[in-house]
Amino acid sequence: MSGTLAEKLWEDHLVDRGGDGRPDLVYIDLHMVHEVSSPQAFEGLRLAGRAVRRPDLTIATEDHNTPTTDIDLPIADEVSRTQIDTLRRNAAEFGVRLHSLGDADQGIVHQVGPQLGLTMPGMTIVCGDSHTSTHGAFGALAFGIGTSEVEHVLATQTLRMMPFRTMAVTVEGTLPPGTSAKDVILAIIARIGTGGGQGHVIEYRGSALAGLSMEARMTICNMSIEAGARAGLVAPDETTFAYLAGRPHAPAGADWDAAMAAWAGLRSDDDAVFDTEVVLEASDLEPYVTWGTNPGQGLPLSGAVPDPAAIVDPAERSAAERALAYMDLAPGTPLRDIAVDTVFIGSCTNGRIEDLRAAAAVMNGRRKHPGLDVLVVPASARVQLQAEAEGLDRIFTAFGAQWRNAGCSMCLGMNPDRLQSGQRSASTSNRNFEGRQGDGARTHLVSPLVAAATAVRGTLSSVSDLDGAGESELAALDGRTPIQHG
Amino acid sequence: MEKITTHTGVGIPLRRSQVDTDQIVPSRFLKRVSRTGFQDALFAGWRLDPGFVLNQEPYRTGSVLVAGSDFGIGSSREHAVWALRDHGVKAVLSSRFGDIFRGNAGTQGLVTGQVAQSGIEALWDRLERTPGTRITVDLRAREVRCAGLVVPFAIDDHTRWRIMNGLDDIDLTLGLDDAIAAFEATRPGWRPRTLPARHHPATAVTPARRTAG
Repeated sequence: MSGTLAEKLWEDHLVDRGGDGRPDLVYIDLHMVHEVSSPQAFEGLRLAGRAVRRPDLTIATEDHNTPTTDIDLPIADEVSRTQIDTLRRNAAEFGVRLHSLGDADQGIVHQVGPQLGLTMPGMTIVCGDSHTSTHGAFGALAFGIGTSEVEHVLATQTLRMMPFRTMAVTVEGTLPPGTSAKDVILAIIARIGTGGGQGHVIEYRGSALAGLSMEARMTICNMSIEAGARAGLVAPDETTFAYLAGRPHAPAGADWDAAMAAWAGLRSDDDAVFDTEVVLEASDLEPYVTWGTNPGQGLPLSGAVPDPAAIVDPAERSAAERALAYMDLAPGTPLRDIAVDTVFIGSCTNGRIEDLRAAAAVMNGRRKHPGLDVLVVPASARVQLQAEAEGLDRIFTAFGAQWRNAGCSMCLGMNPDRLQSGQRSASTSNRNFEGRQGDGARTHLVSPLVAAATAVRGTLSSVSDLDGAGESELAALDGRTPIQHG
Repeated sequence: MEKITTHTGVGIPLRRSQVDTDQIVPSRFLKRVSRTGFQDALFAGWRLDPGFVLNQEPYRTGSVLVAGSDFGIGSSREHAVWALRDHGVKAVLSSRFGDIFRGNAGTQGLVTGQVAQSGIEALWDRLERTPGTRITVDLRAREVRCAGLVVPFAIDDHTRWRIMNGLDDIDLTLGLDDAIAAFEATRPGWRPRTLPARHHPATAVTPARRTAG
């Protein structure tokens, strides 16, 4: 039977077929847990006298709530500390592996899985976090779930779900210099809207995707949820296998051969039919930025703040009016004229080593714009160690940026890294919702390259806006140098 | 879980589309470790505005939220459902929902009825013309009735059945334990296990310190 990759993964994990309007029961290969969406789930288990069915398929880390400074000291915020302590108690009680603050494998859950080699092609992966779609970059079916579903997976290692529809997003061509995976996904979301992928699993494909590194693919899959899709994936290829080989939990020896044989079949058949298809030409791309309060409200940086009066759809128009009022922007303002107070480089979208290398390449030998706060937060402690081994931390601090410990940080402002009301950021994170980075805070989503260039100039900028940005500098910005281990 | 077959309550017209879960519950409320007591968190940012619909009588005590399209997009936080529930909301009507929110609502017995946008507009008109108008959400008939208006809504069969019977998914699934065990026996041995843990070599992580901007 021919089918899409997403359908094959689904079939491979069917424990019980529902039928007649009942959901299927799907087996979960890896369940990742963090402090925010799990305490009520563990409490539910405790109240019902249930155990964690497969602690050996479960891993926990601390990320959303953790401070990015002084991680050797007790957490100052008492409520945050209680939540972290609760995770530590639950992990100990239920036998779940936990990477705590200060551990070299602590970090954002969506970086920890891949870097340990726990995220592999052909798996089903869930976490109580909507950006679990990140892991789809490996050809896994990975999606975010709510706390009751977290409890369900802890208790049964399965989920009840209705089958998804499928969408193909094909990106052909080569990315122009100064653009990156972030611009690809922002352009896709701007095209299909925040609800465009609703009910779908997106498969990203095409020659542009084939040329991207694993980290770039993770950036794209990460933001599938911002297009309304619960999951996004890329068929595994040599790039995927090369990333995996030698990682702590990657199969070795005969197991590697068996895995490779299984992974070879993980692609959509040539005659597979997708419910929806979207095509994008990469060579047309420019650096993208958002102007509004959802990730679909984005435009090329060369554009201007749109005029809501010109929007035909009444719901879109009123959403744009509200967004501009919140963002304090006037229609027609060139996006390049928008001045920011803070630049945030980090998150599960863009806090990986290639992102940090790209930002450092722009910052190297330059100085941040006066008065600007620049925060660089690695996605994981391991990424921090790697960046420090490469000397990137010294580039950041010489530039005037703050170099921090790993976590979700200012992406969602659950820890002390928050904007003040009315402050404006250029942020490499994934959501520009009202109040996301602090009450009354205004967020423009950008790539690491745009974030770094903005940090130099103080207004939303691309690398080509910088003095002395020559071809050689742009050419050095693809960030694809392989990650060194150990 | 409470059984619901029909619910009647004051309708709340929320004339906003793309209401994300960061608006329904801002992240600062996510530090709690409890599953209840989130009524203060519901739309906490928007409720600072006295003109916001939930700050006005008689909507303040409404229980059927009628929202614009793409309600509940964004974060997977189930706290959004808990906050609506704790405030007393029993049903949300919208032309389209965020997938994760909709799934979370189903687990908690919060009805999410998908209504065509024309139906949403008609409900908004009635609720605003006569504030305090009550809406009946009838799961059995899959229809909404409001001041003479009858509008169909969609909800998936399984969720409807579970809400009408007040059933818990985990109990249902534990009944399939043999099937789960049989599936587990077929899993290839090279699939990763988190235990025993394997690591890169241990390395000390330097704590960052806050520096002056």
